[in-house]
Amino acid sequence: MASTFSKVLLAGLTAFFLSVSLLAPPAAAQAPASVNPTAQSVKEQQLLDALKPGQALSGRASIPNKNAATLIQPGRDWRAYNQETLPRLAAIAVLGALAALVLFYLLRGKIMIDAGRSTMRILRFGAIDRFVHWLTATSFLTLALTGANVTFGKTLLAPIMGAEAFAAWAGFAKLIHNYVGFAFMAGVALTFLIWVKDNIPNMIDVKWFAAGGGLLSKGSHPPAKRFNGGQKIVFWSVVLGGAFMSISGWHLLFPTNEGLAEVQWHATIHGTLAFVMLALILAHIYIGSVGMEGAFDAMGSGEVDLNWAKEHHSLWVKEEQARKGTSRISGAAQPAE
Amino acid sequence: MARMKFLCDADRCIECNACVTACKNEHEVPWGINRRRVVTINDGKPGERSVSMACMHCTDAPCASVCPVNCFYTTADAVVLHSKDLCIGCGYCFYACPFGAPQYPKTANFGSRGKMDKCTYCAGGPEVDGSQAELDKYGRNRLAEGKLPLCAEMCSTKALLAGDGDIIAQIYSQRVAKRGYGSGAWGWKVAYKETISL
Repeated sequence: MASTFSKVLLAGLTAFFLSVSLLAPPAAAQAPASVNPTAQSVKEQQLLDALKPGQALSGRASIPNKNAATLIQPGRDWRAYNQETLPRLAAIAVLGALAALVLFYLLRGKIMIDAGRSTMRILRFGAIDRFVHWLTATSFLTLALTGANVTFGKTLLAPIMGAEAFAAWAGFAKLIHNYVGFAFMAGVALTFLIWVKDNIPNMIDVKWFAAGGGLLSKGSHPPAKRFNGGQKIVFWSVVLGGAFMSISGWHLLFPTNEGLAEVQWHATIHGTLAFVMLALILAHIYIGSVGMEGAFDAMGSGEVDLNWAKEHHSLWVKEEQARKGTSRISGAAQPAE
Repeated sequence: MARMKFLCDADRCIECNACVTACKNEHEVPWGINRRRVVTINDGKPGERSVSMACMHCTDAPCASVCPVNCFYTTADAVVLHSKDLCIGCGYCFYACPFGAPQYPKTANFGSRGKMDKCTYCAGGPEVDGSQAELDKYGRNRLAEGKLPLCAEMCSTKALLAGDGDIIAQIYSQRVAKRGYGSGAWGWKVAYKETISL
């Protein structure tokens, strides 16, 4: 009996395990051949192909440095721009501006005061105005020279100075650039505050530009208030350009945890805008010094020749003459004798 | 001469970070700087892979191209090194590097950058091989002692390979052929403009 029972049990168990094994194959049947461990695997090439321009391949890193999680940033656009396009653009902007100014000087000559110098002077820029101007001007030129050293130094200076001396100078220039940047930021902010009220564009500027600013022909002096259209362009370029330079420079000065693409943009904006502003400021320096008789006095002593003021800022002189209270006009009305 | 390269077999890397730790210890790397790091792609998702990444010692290296003081040089083994005496800590090499290798100790004012530090392929710097000055500035010069970079030498799964590019490419190709899959030679296309056909 016992053997019959065991036979039945064996048959039953066999049938049970057979049915189970038919429904679900045992572990032994899951041979490596039937499972693909790479079915959901990542492939570098696929990930790189999926990136949009400027994007980086990122993951997670267990160290606190957030930038460490960026694995590969494949683009070399910044390098190409920084090493090829930017120096070319900068050379065209700066040399182009210089060439244009030389050409202008040869064709037009120094712009003289048509009525000749008078004996009377008018206060154009007070001490605060001049302080703000020279704070911005000296800091800008310092930043321009130390900044241009980053773009052109290794090509122009390093072969002459030698690698060690040039690196020492470049390290010093970087420090100067970092510190003087704050003076420039202050200068730009003050420039905006003290002169914005006289720099709102209006119809007088349209007429001034229509007359070519009086630059192209002798004896032509389109009317202007305290600042003419050209000066307003310089003002807004300094204020807006200076603001962008300050923001981008700030990001380069204080290394933050933002992505590499953002830092590259800041460096690109900073370098490009710097040379555009330098080209513009060269024209500003020209017309404020060798290009025009009597112009430098405005930022030198602050007092300009009355005839100069009448020719270049006629409406402003009328406002000043009509002003009650302390007059800004000084000097003898008639020549002594 | 050999053309030295790194290759991380991401299908073997187990994200143990021992390469990171060994590197920091071997070279006495300053606090806050990691010459090597492990990045995990698809963390916690199907297809998760970890890649150990450091300076890839690129062909025609972008860092060297953008450096305003030309402080980079390439050795006969194609290892990209730099001089900390010339470096001014401007940050440009970091902006240009596809692998985020250059880092700067925060020593100067406003948190601005000190002299750049990056993976030297355990090959030191311009100083005399094995000198104290070299050790202080760049860490150990194992290559001059005939040894390979420590990170790869001590990798427990032999995921990270270092050595002549042709040889490690051959090893990797054989592995991929044998096991039937491979996620690729990470960074090779970007660093060397060539990759291993699998």
